[in-house]
Amino acid sequence: MLDEGDLAALWITLRLAGLTLVILLLLGTPLAWWLSRTRRRFKAVVEAVVALPLVLPPTVLGFYLLVALGPNGPVGGLMVTLGGEPLAFTFAGLVIGSVFYSLPFVVQPLQGAFAAIGRRPMEVAATLGASPLDRFFTVAVPLARPGFLTAAVLGFAHTVGEFGVVLMIGGNIPGETQVLSIAIYDHVEALEYGHAHWLAGGLLLLSFLLLLAVYVLNRRFKVA
Amino acid sequence: MTIEARFLIERGDFTLDADFIVPAQGISAIFGASGCGKTTLLRAIAGLEQPTRGYLKIAGEVWQDGERFLPPHQRPLGYVFQEASLFPHLSVRGNLEYGYKRLPPDARRVDFDRAVTLLGIGPLLARRPQGLSGGERQRVAIARALLTSPRLLLMDEPLAALDRQSKREILPFLERLHEELSIPVLYVSHAPDEVARLADQLVLLEQGRVRASGPIGEMLTRVDLPLAHGDDAEAIVEAKVAEHDRKFHLTHLEFPGGRFTVARKDLPVGQPVRLRLLARDVSLSLERQEGTSILNIFPAKVETLADENPAQLMVRLDAGGVPILSRITRKSATILALEPGKSVYVQVKTVALLG
Repeated sequence: MLDEGDLAALWITLRLAGLTLVILLLLGTPLAWWLSRTRRRFKAVVEAVVALPLVLPPTVLGFYLLVALGPNGPVGGLMVTLGGEPLAFTFAGLVIGSVFYSLPFVVQPLQGAFAAIGRRPMEVAATLGASPLDRFFTVAVPLARPGFLTAAVLGFAHTVGEFGVVLMIGGNIPGETQVLSIAIYDHVEALEYGHAHWLAGGLLLLSFLLLLAVYVLNRRFKVA
Repeated sequence: MTIEARFLIERGDFTLDADFIVPAQGISAIFGASGCGKTTLLRAIAGLEQPTRGYLKIAGEVWQDGERFLPPHQRPLGYVFQEASLFPHLSVRGNLEYGYKRLPPDARRVDFDRAVTLLGIGPLLARRPQGLSGGERQRVAIARALLTSPRLLLMDEPLAALDRQSKREILPFLERLHEELSIPVLYVSHAPDEVARLADQLVLLEQGRVRASGPIGEMLTRVDLPLAHGDDAEAIVEAKVAEHDRKFHLTHLEFPGGRFTVARKDLPVGQPVRLRLLARDVSLSLERQEGTSILNIFPAKVETLADENPAQLMVRLDAGGVPILSRITRKSATILALEPGKSVYVQVKTVALLG
């Protein structure tokens, strides 16, 4: 069964995934909206940067983040100058890493959903007296609901499944930065297959249920 | 009170350079072939296009000029798109209330129930747009636009995407709109029969430019314009029901140039009606014909003669101030020695009541 360390890892994982998702929705929604509407050439550059985590080995992303967030890096150094701690090997560092790592999983479904709406519904809303922000929340967001659902589930699940980036920048501090995927790795290293089974099986089931929910709900929305 | 619009829009190899003034009342049709820029012009009026240069004044209020650009959501207008474009995530009622609720209560000049009744959509309120027929959807879209209490209603070929049955279903509603609400309408269309039936004014657009504009009866009969040529060239005559003839089952219709007799129509005396006279159904004679089966004969004066084809001429006549077209052969014109100012008798074989 699960011991205290496993439960701590589970709690850290869920907190990390939840917080990352909230940040990603707040940042990713305007970014995805801009990408779906803009005709600037610069758009391609942004799209490529957003998609980088899809193709990069997590260790590469993790390495650069480690350098940036460490005491001698630009971000970590700034934190030290401001009287704080460097971000490497902290929970905050994990959140920053996860935001980058899961960015495409939130931005791409949203961008696709926004693009699929087309211009017409927004124009109709404008002629009915809705200001840009008003029509974004009353027309674009409801119409992009399947995209939000997909983005939320993929963003959350992908953060839960993160390993390489976390290992590079979070280390493996039990109760602080040790997440489930790393706990499983440790159990296997220690030949504690029983523990590993519980955690791995749990993750498998959780991921499956989340994805199932996406597909079932998205089908319902399409008919509605 | 007028609608005054001037727009220059450049899009690659297409240029819209349109400039027109029409009275801010009744239905003004923006008429022209596909691709001549009608929709772009309407979108510019709504503020949905950013023109290179633009000027728009509606009933004394400037909505757009060199310095000002009122964004679409601040223009008090209603827009009915070619496809109804109802919000799929809202019910019919939700769609209708979308614009209505965004209007301060004291600015709501079109009553919710009245718009619903006018367009006959009461039974649809709880339904979802996906389950409606094309005609029903378009009626909801029209009501939705009306409920923003617009000072100007823009309609972009609202019937073009509909089948003939749905068209027939909607036209009466548009006519009621015309009669019951005093909202000026700009109506984009490339269908001459819709225009003849609904429009009071006509703006003729050709390749991004306004060729001419004016009252519909005048525009349809101007022989310098393409509208007054071809097989379907026609005149529009506004008449009134004068009396019914019970014995022969006929109805007499009065217009400034005389009186039409048509098969009995179930309309009250005094009711205004719009008549269509096809140029090919109108013949001319120098004296009032006796011994003919044609009932509709009245005096008129020749105004202009224009070439139609090697064999035929188009004659524009003045019947008591009402312009009428007659298409005759060149030979007949020579025999009758037709020339501007000459008095003739007009014989109309068939008259169609529009609406």
